[in-house]
Amino acid sequence: MIGGLFIYNHKGEVLISRVYRDDIGRNAVDAFRVNVIHARQQVRSPVTNIARTSFFHVKRSNIWLAAVTKQNVNATMVFEFLYKMCDVMSAYFGKISEENVKNNFVLIYELLDEILDFGYPQNSETGALKTFITQQGIKSQVRPHGTKEEQSQITSQVTGQIGWRREGIKYRRNELFLDVLESVNLLMSPQGQVLSAHVSGRVVMKSYLSGMPECKFGMNDKIVIDRQGKGGSSEDGGKSKQSIAIDDCTFHQCVRLSKFDSERSISFIPPDGDYELMRYRTTKDIILPFRVIPLVREVGRTKLEVKVVIKSNFKSSLLAQKIEVRIPTPLNTSGVQLICMKGKAKYKASENAIVWKIKRMAGMKESQISAEIELLPTNDKKKWARPPISMNFEVPFAPSGLKVRYLKVFEPKLNYSDHDVIKWVRYIGRSGIYETRC
Amino acid sequence: MQEWANQLCENRQFGSKMTDSKYFTTTKKGEIFELKAELNSDKKEKKKEAVKKVIASMTVGKDVSALFPDVVNCMQTDNLELKKLVYLYLMNYAKSQPDMAIMAVNTFVKDCEDPNPLIRALAVRTMGCIRVDKITEYLCEPLRKCLKDEDPYVRKTAAVCVAKLHDINAQLVEDQGFLDTLKDLISDSNPMVVANAVAALSEIAESHPNSNLLDLNPQTINKLLTALNECTEWGQIFILDCLANYTPRDDRESQSICERVTPRLSHANSAVVLSAVKVLMKFMEMLPKDLDYYGTLLKKLAPPLVTLLSAEPELQYVALRNINLIVQRRPEILKHEMKVFFVKYNDPIYVKLEKLDIMIRLASQANIAQVLAELKEYATEVDVDFVRKAVRAIGRCAIKVEQSAERCVSTLLDLIQTKVNYVVQEAIVVIKDIFRKYPNKYESVIATLCENLDSLDEPEARAAMIWIVGEYAERIDNADELLESFLEGFHDESTQVQLQLLTAIVKLFLKKPTETQELVQQVLSLATQDSDNPDLRDRGYIYWRLLSTDPVAAKEVVLAEKPLISEETDLIEPTLLEELICHIGTLASVYHKPPSAFVEGSRGVQHKRLPGSAGSGESVDSPDTGSAAGVSEAPPAVIPSQGDLLGDLLNLDLTPPTATGPPPAPSSGMQMGAMDLLGGGLDSLMGDESEPPPIPLRTDTPQSPQLSHQSPSPPDYSPTELGGDLGGSPAMGAGFGAPAAAMPATFSAPVSGGLDDLFDLGGGVGMPMGAYSPPKTVWLPAMKAKGLEISGTFARRAGVIQMEMTLTNKAMSVMTDFAIQFNRNSFGLAPAGPLQVLTPLSPNQSIEVALPLSTVGPVMKMEPLSNLQVAVKNNIDVFYFSCQYPISMLFVEDGKMERQVFLATWKDIPNDNESQFQIKDCHLSSDAASSKLQGSNVFTIAKRTVEGQDMLYQSMKLTNGIWVLAELRVQAGNPNYTVSLKCRAPEVSQCVFQSYEAMLKN
Repeated sequence: MIGGLFIYNHKGEVLISRVYRDDIGRNAVDAFRVNVIHARQQVRSPVTNIARTSFFHVKRSNIWLAAVTKQNVNATMVFEFLYKMCDVMSAYFGKISEENVKNNFVLIYELLDEILDFGYPQNSETGALKTFITQQGIKSQVRPHGTKEEQSQITSQVTGQIGWRREGIKYRRNELFLDVLESVNLLMSPQGQVLSAHVSGRVVMKSYLSGMPECKFGMNDKIVIDRQGKGGSSEDGGKSKQSIAIDDCTFHQCVRLSKFDSERSISFIPPDGDYELMRYRTTKDIILPFRVIPLVREVGRTKLEVKVVIKSNFKSSLLAQKIEVRIPTPLNTSGVQLICMKGKAKYKASENAIVWKIKRMAGMKESQISAEIELLPTNDKKKWARPPISMNFEVPFAPSGLKVRYLKVFEPKLNYSDHDVIKWVRYIGRSGIYETRC
Repeated sequence: MQEWANQLCENRQFGSKMTDSKYFTTTKKGEIFELKAELNSDKKEKKKEAVKKVIASMTVGKDVSALFPDVVNCMQTDNLELKKLVYLYLMNYAKSQPDMAIMAVNTFVKDCEDPNPLIRALAVRTMGCIRVDKITEYLCEPLRKCLKDEDPYVRKTAAVCVAKLHDINAQLVEDQGFLDTLKDLISDSNPMVVANAVAALSEIAESHPNSNLLDLNPQTINKLLTALNECTEWGQIFILDCLANYTPRDDRESQSICERVTPRLSHANSAVVLSAVKVLMKFMEMLPKDLDYYGTLLKKLAPPLVTLLSAEPELQYVALRNINLIVQRRPEILKHEMKVFFVKYNDPIYVKLEKLDIMIRLASQANIAQVLAELKEYATEVDVDFVRKAVRAIGRCAIKVEQSAERCVSTLLDLIQTKVNYVVQEAIVVIKDIFRKYPNKYESVIATLCENLDSLDEPEARAAMIWIVGEYAERIDNADELLESFLEGFHDESTQVQLQLLTAIVKLFLKKPTETQELVQQVLSLATQDSDNPDLRDRGYIYWRLLSTDPVAAKEVVLAEKPLISEETDLIEPTLLEELICHIGTLASVYHKPPSAFVEGSRGVQHKRLPGSAGSGESVDSPDTGSAAGVSEAPPAVIPSQGDLLGDLLNLDLTPPTATGPPPAPSSGMQMGAMDLLGGGLDSLMGDESEPPPIPLRTDTPQSPQLSHQSPSPPDYSPTELGGDLGGSPAMGAGFGAPAAAMPATFSAPVSGGLDDLFDLGGGVGMPMGAYSPPKTVWLPAMKAKGLEISGTFARRAGVIQMEMTLTNKAMSVMTDFAIQFNRNSFGLAPAGPLQVLTPLSPNQSIEVALPLSTVGPVMKMEPLSNLQVAVKNNIDVFYFSCQYPISMLFVEDGKMERQVFLATWKDIPNDNESQFQIKDCHLSSDAASSKLQGSNVFTIAKRTVEGQDMLYQSMKLTNGIWVLAELRVQAGNPNYTVSLKCRAPEVSQCVFQSYEAMLKN
């Protein structure tokens, strides 16, 4: 299991060091600094073995988190734990920065003591942790640890089956927000052939519900729709996709997986507040919101002509936002002249790219940019690698075609019903890695 | 660093970045003093801030152990936060101040009784982390109470504490009966307690491999599966990892567990998913392949594996390393998922390299066009390692998918045109492999390759280029010039290049002898006289001798057809792969190494194996190499001890005179000798090597007279390695045998041991009539022996029984330290000398070995009778296999019975012992049959002809003195012979008959 956990700043100075196992010595701290943080070479692996000691690391901004072990640990678990650790820290004090880590070091030690025992991860749900590990550094607790009932409530929640939610939550207004957040990924050949495309989506929920509500979530999952029979399929068929084929999905631990496995129904008691209900992945019938058509021509050895056309491919009533096209330029670029029909374009020498930004663009439109790139003559034999043209955007629909059909809430013990809950649903499609080779 | 430690405490108090300069300028001593004062302050707040400062100093590596008593004094507090800080300090320094740590014991014991469960748990958790013997003693009672605490939070903490205590004092834990309590916790009502108990037990069990501590049975498994649905994500991982160690009783149990584990594949935590995959991959081995469920399960595995690739890059990396294993074990799972492994421009380099590996593994005719287009794209990227790997991958595709070879070659040519140095070199290395796979197909590109000769500066690329020039010398007009240009700096080249250059020039000479005589002279003298490298020198001498004595033989050797290169490279050896599959998700699967390779001590040394189908026979426990114990425990108890049946056999046959026959004494002393082979076998091997027989390699000139009259008939070792090998320097394994076999006359009948027998093999042509020897069969496939393949046969040559083997190294690493041992067997066969493999066996190399056997080893009756169980050891492991020898090789030369004796014996043996067999489709005349059999020491004593039917009366004697009498009836025109065998030990008849059949039909 995990033998120790260290947090370093960008210089390699230790901010936090917690050792769980006897086989990890103080020198491990230095070994990682010398061999990884101060290493000249780019990091070649997130797992490093130095003198029979294995180091796992992740980086958040310029903070290094490293887990150390001498055993054959579950590597996936260690990384998952490191991410979880980051989540927990962010939930407590926001961004993980050197400043914040230093200001909260007592808290971090307290957390590390709680969520990792002898190197074994324990309950790390922030909802539960916040009930008994509080930010003492900022506000002092009024009652150290409450009454006996409160104490046992804490322990039963931390160890219990529903470790992510405490009992007795009350809201005057029962409300929930569902966000379907998708990132659409594309790799396209210069000829416009889709080399690979997939959507990875998340359903994020904010729940402000009283009591211990039992929820049921439904979407236009092809398997469910097909199973329910052809009933509604003829009604508005053809208008939009009836159902979507989900390649795979994973759920927050509140979802009853065995029930999903047998009935494909998504039922759960949600945590209070923000959390991610599910993640999913689709590859079939993806709506690609934009098409990029590149045209690169090399004029002699010192000039390059680039023309890029983008076409929006969705309902004309919808608006895409925050559009950005990034056209890489060779390293020996000496000057760039740009003409674009819409938005603003700039050559950024430091990033070796032309960045073309458009604030808004409606569906079924197209726009174009032309660039003349002057090159310095070089004697470098190697041809320019021509990195792909990448795109960023945000659209108000789900490129996978996913639709939320319902989210039912039942709380038998309290007197509010499904109808009383105010529900909000929002779809956002963003570009993931959206690249076109040129 | 110390600055911020102080500073941040200040910040908290004053909410500003103001610093007290006076405070910071204090020396270390003063600072400690100051802290001491603060710690003893009456004000609670001040105390707490002081402890915080201490912890901050501790974090940055400052020694604040001097404050131990002062900090411990702060322990008695009702402020939980302060308490936690003090505990943190204690955990760090208690070990260095054991005596003072005792001061803390009382507080701990008291805290364990606190009404607040959080405090009880905190106390027991911290106590377990204080590794001081005296404290540990006091821990037992509180721990016992906490294990039975009413609060689950305390119990789950206590469960882990047992593991902590076990790490400090294992004996104590056993004596106190904590292990039993821990086992009881598996049935706890709270899922988290169950999960932690499982984790603790698994860890303890790992350091007691044979304790059966976890005692997994269907009931406990059921409890675990129930808890699996309810506990935290981490708990699920502990439980799944524990489940993976269980071996279900049958396929039904296996299936029902799989069914309950599959829902976990949808968990958001990748570790839960991968651990579930591990359980499924393992239990799947037990499911019959025709089962519907098996197919369903296979289908279910692909999507979650693909989903792992949308996780954070670090997790992707771990996932990809695991997918690499899974794809090797079960390629069908992801065969349609090629696209998801396409490299993204922004992937971290470690993800890119792993994806590339998997792309090649999944490449097939169906998707090769796409793959190739991608690879070509990658070859223009920035990262040198990645580009090199991409170029190499193109070559691997060519070799793997024949249909794509042409396209691959043209792609490679395009890449060579880019003139990027490392791309060109990498391309040339892979083109060489393509040439070997598809000889005489793509020579048109040679011209292009030759243009780039000057830019090659890496040994591997130079060697590859030289090989190409040598191999196709007849088609390259200026091959001699090209090779000559390399020769100028001969001594500056690496060994790899030197060896290759030597071989290439010899090839050139054999192909164009007229104009290259000078060149070959030059290279031979460079290699033999001016080089310090024994490999190079020896190879030089071998060529020289071959060329000077018999150019025809030289041609046969040097220009022999090369063995095909395998399609898949970089495959993990099957046994290792099996083990790694059992470690999916763990570090072992990331490193692709067994845990023993990177874990110290006893943990993780046990080798895990897949259950069921894959290997019951070969995967018997042999945990570490070099343990001879594995061999002696091999025979199962089914066979009655020696002296039982076979003993009777031996006693029976005392009638015929056994003057010259080897003593049939199954003495136990011989067993010792045999045991020594594996134990001290290494030493004897070394010993032999240091005193080699007088091979006049280094002193004599190649034209020495005693060599010239030789007629070096090409011996039957594999000549390919000499001329064709491209592997590298230690390729001379077979080579040692080679020159020796070509000149047996130079040996003055060496004393004993193996080498001379090896030569006998070569000189065995002189035998009057070749005794029957069956063709070689594969005894030990490489799959089962970490890459070592052994095929072999038995033969009797000049009265000596020999086991003739071909050892082939199909693994990726060099094999050394070979030794062999037999299990007890029916006729007491035992190696008469050590196994002679003097040079390391490099990858893709084969060596021929002849092992002389004696028949004085320990005896035990085997079933079938001629079964022989063999253990072969090398530097990697011990491997076991069994083979059958033809009984005819046990027929001794003095097996001819006197006529009278024959008649008397025939009558004397009861008719019950007679058995009759038919040999079908044999077209020999009776005389031919007789002489053929004579070659194998079956002697015809008399012949009678009755009504056109020839009756041959024959006798033979086995090494242990058993006589077998036979009557062979041959009727002219009838291809079916009848054999009647009479023997006092009728058990052998069946074997003898089989040998008859084999001998006659051969």
